[in-house]
Amino acid sequence: MVEAFLRADRLTRAVPGKVIVDAVSFEVARAEVLGIFGPSGSGKSSLLRLINRLDEPSSGTVWLEGVDYRSIAPRELRRRVGMIMQRAYLFPGTVAENLRYGPLQHGEALDDARVSDLLAGVALGGYEERDAATLSGGEAQRVAIARALANNPQALLMDEPTSALDEEAKQQVERTIRSVVQQHQLTTLIVTHDSAQAQRLADRILLLRDGRVDNVGTPREVLHNAERNPR
Amino acid sequence: MLNAILASHELLLGLAQALVAAALALGVALVARSRGIRLFSDTVISLVRGLTQMIAVGYIFVLLLRGPRWISPFVLAAMIVAAAATSSRRARGFPGAFRISLTAIFCGAGLVITVMTVLGAIDTAVSALIPVGSMLIANAMNANALALDRFRSEVDAHRGEIESALALGAAPGATVRDPMQNALRASLIPPIDNLRSLGIVWIPGLMAGMLLSKGSPVYASIYQFVVLAMILGSSGLTCMVSTWLMSQAAFSPAEQLVMRPAPVRAGAAGGRLGR
Repeated sequence: MVEAFLRADRLTRAVPGKVIVDAVSFEVARAEVLGIFGPSGSGKSSLLRLINRLDEPSSGTVWLEGVDYRSIAPRELRRRVGMIMQRAYLFPGTVAENLRYGPLQHGEALDDARVSDLLAGVALGGYEERDAATLSGGEAQRVAIARALANNPQALLMDEPTSALDEEAKQQVERTIRSVVQQHQLTTLIVTHDSAQAQRLADRILLLRDGRVDNVGTPREVLHNAERNPR
Repeated sequence: MLNAILASHELLLGLAQALVAAALALGVALVARSRGIRLFSDTVISLVRGLTQMIAVGYIFVLLLRGPRWISPFVLAAMIVAAAATSSRRARGFPGAFRISLTAIFCGAGLVITVMTVLGAIDTAVSALIPVGSMLIANAMNANALALDRFRSEVDAHRGEIESALALGAAPGATVRDPMQNALRASLIPPIDNLRSLGIVWIPGLMAGMLLSKGSPVYASIYQFVVLAMILGSSGLTCMVSTWLMSQAAFSPAEQLVMRPAPVRAGAAGGRLGR
């Protein structure tokens, strides 16, 4: 049996008075896209933040290529497992400066050709010198994707990357996600509360309810079951 | 008018003057309350506390001035602890706020007081060391409180950018460089402005300076500059230490942003939503 690229092992996150993520276990194969689906407040974003250790699990762990992620230095882990948030949160400066930020943190200077390649990959060729503050929401989110890819990650975590966008920008960003995931063979975890988007993007879906895994399977199985058995 | 009526009763004159000044401050707080700014209870507590503390200090000072020189370090150390407790209240909920404030004020004000006393810029007499030392400690306390408050609000406002930078593999210190610089800059604006406007906009405590210098107004003026320059130095050093310690305390060993958002004060919700 092929070993999973990423395996969550009873991941739990509790804050005083509440368990947000409750003993969640799952596996993701290399280059697989796993949709994390569930109603608001079900712990989807909290679960994602545990995968790159932006938050510390109260118990449980994640195995990355068979290695317990607690033994990987946090900065290295976050370079290997990139993250796209709901909003782009671009840094002040040009688009190129944003793309160079990640590699610069470990002393790597990204050359102009690589910056151009990354921007072409998200359909923003020629945007190198644009001021990041002047971009539209959809453009900013695509720059955020390119910025994450600049670190050459093996996996990408996406936390409702289109939830703050209008329909046209949402479609553009979805096209970009499909293209970069395929091109870079990225293991991807995408949080969404949009069942149509989950079906369009994910190979499998993990349904979360009240911080617990309710169901895992193909989008068709999971969403069909969820519609038949709403809670 | 008060002088004429109570000229022969020094304590009563002082209390009457304090009442008049407090009434003025309360009037301002009442006007502020009518405009939705809730400062009235804070103002009342501060006025009562301030007056009580100053009367107590007055009596203690009478005793101290007659005391031996070795008593000064102990009094100044107690002042540093009290200053740390006061300024750390600005950052309620910030991990280790008291420890950070105590270390920073001890390093900033403590070092400047020690060095300037050794160099002879501050007289070792109790009557000189304690008043000048207290000025440095009080200003370091204010600067530290401003730095804590500003650092926290900057981190709250840029939480998304900070976590995005962490998610890109940045070191925690690099992600809060701007909040640290802004906190330091904001906390040093008052002492810099004081120094800049010295003698033009205001003449601070000149009489105290004249008393310390035993007469010469020119020396008193220069000494006032010395005091303000020391205030700038000790405040700057305090804030450099406190912002650095805050940047360390804001993150866990696993490089997670663990500094929680500042609690929203009652009546402040409108302001926050309005941003």
